[in-house]
Amino acid sequence: MFSPKRLFARLIGVMIGVMALAPDAFAQAAAKLDTGDTAWMLTSTALVLLMTIPGIALFYGGMVRKKNVLATVMQSFAITCLISIVWMVVGYSIAFGDGNAYFGTDISKLMLNHMGSDTLNGTIPESVFVIFQMTFAIITPALIAGSYADRIKFSSLLWFVGLWSIVVYAPITHWVWGGGFLSEWGVLDFAGGTVVHINAGIAGLVGAIMLGKRTGYGTENMAPHNLTLSVIGAALLWVGWFGFNAGSAVGANGSAGMAMAVTQIATAAAALAWMFTEWVLRGKPSVLGIISGAIAGLVAITPASGYVGPTGALIIGTAAGIVCYWAAASLKHKLGYDDSLDCFGIHGIGGIVGALLTGVFAVKAIGGTAGVLEGNVGQLWIQVKGIAFTIAWCGIATAVILKAIDLTIGLRVNDEDERQGLDQVLHGESVQ
Amino acid sequence: MKMIMAIIKPFMLDPVRDALAEVGVQGMTVSEVKGFGRQKGHTEIYRGAEYTIDFLPKVKVETAVSDDIADRVVEAIQKAACTDKIGDGKIFVSEILSAVRIRTGETDADAL
Repeated sequence: MFSPKRLFARLIGVMIGVMALAPDAFAQAAAKLDTGDTAWMLTSTALVLLMTIPGIALFYGGMVRKKNVLATVMQSFAITCLISIVWMVVGYSIAFGDGNAYFGTDISKLMLNHMGSDTLNGTIPESVFVIFQMTFAIITPALIAGSYADRIKFSSLLWFVGLWSIVVYAPITHWVWGGGFLSEWGVLDFAGGTVVHINAGIAGLVGAIMLGKRTGYGTENMAPHNLTLSVIGAALLWVGWFGFNAGSAVGANGSAGMAMAVTQIATAAAALAWMFTEWVLRGKPSVLGIISGAIAGLVAITPASGYVGPTGALIIGTAAGIVCYWAAASLKHKLGYDDSLDCFGIHGIGGIVGALLTGVFAVKAIGGTAGVLEGNVGQLWIQVKGIAFTIAWCGIATAVILKAIDLTIGLRVNDEDERQGLDQVLHGESVQ
Repeated sequence: MKMIMAIIKPFMLDPVRDALAEVGVQGMTVSEVKGFGRQKGHTEIYRGAEYTIDFLPKVKVETAVSDDIADRVVEAIQKAACTDKIGDGKIFVSEILSAVRIRTGETDADAL
């Protein structure tokens, strides 16, 4: 029997249900600038930029031999400058513009022409969102340079980074965060486990293999020249990563807070795990080991940071510390590639570990999606697909770009120049 | 005139300097060097990559002295720099053909 009261009650129920499930739709209808969100995102942007300059610059700089330190920090700094412009001109549009399932085709966003002071993106200015994402586009190639350290030509690196950003980074960003097919499939990647870390790691591995080993690798002393710099760099990365993970909540809210908490827990767990593993296996806990472990933890928690809780973070961190130790200290030597600064060992492997474990430890109450432990076994398979497609496109495109550069201007400095040191040969400078 | 060159352990520099002052030596040149004799190096491990460091940090002390005090200088250095352990170092004595004080142009014994 038809009853107006029951119908009305049902309608209210449906409306509440819809509003609970899709708060964004209602929020955007009345989207206005939230000063708290904006303040946090402005801060996050600065934090993530600090991760590259001088975070990565120092982290990597301290690890190379003194004759190459300036060339190494130059890479981070120059990449920051180059990608800033590439992102502005075309990168942002490909990554976040409307388009198809694979890349954006929105020419209105080229040169950021669409962006005014009052343009909003959710509750923050579009300008803040654009630059926040820019800092991610910057750090990813800066990480890759670690695999190419001590032997790549500066001009070749610039060409590679510029092309790679357009052909690999921006599209994959679109797949995961820009409305592309990986997000459609439900791949969980809160802050860039696939987009940044697996991407960088695979590109690093491919390049390390194509470049070949450093001259004297295996026989000569290539010990870090100043680990103090590396510790400072690692600390800047750790603190900056709060902007990377908690900032990916794009809001000053509980999601950001939880992301910060799990980031801290996972990083500490990973650092301890690497340190204790090394202590047991090699007899001494090293400084290089503890900071590498911390970075491995930061990498692994990145995709999970918006979806897991403290216990999940603890396990993810511990796993990353141990697995990445094995990858950098053992796998690399067994397989014989010269990934100079372990970009693949830490970012590639750590990113894969993190992306997979995100599917395991995701808590519905935290990030809206359940993982394997809460009964959603399918999420792990979705994560595998996301990882596989990232690896495939990145691997192939990186190889093609590098080959093209090698055939035209050459990738590597010659033997004599490599012996003399990149600082003098490429930049005409040296540290005394 | 004799040139006395001593390779010593870095932390023995101060005792050697004091001992030389007591014997009447006015000046010396000191440099930081690396080297080894019978003292073994050590191994460093970076992310699984092992490096054997053969060269140990040492200090080289060079001083030009007149022939009459050369033996006393050698003895003073040897006593001051000795720790009774492998790696203490060595002292070499060689002949100086001529010497010049740059400021005044004085030569040989007047230059020391």
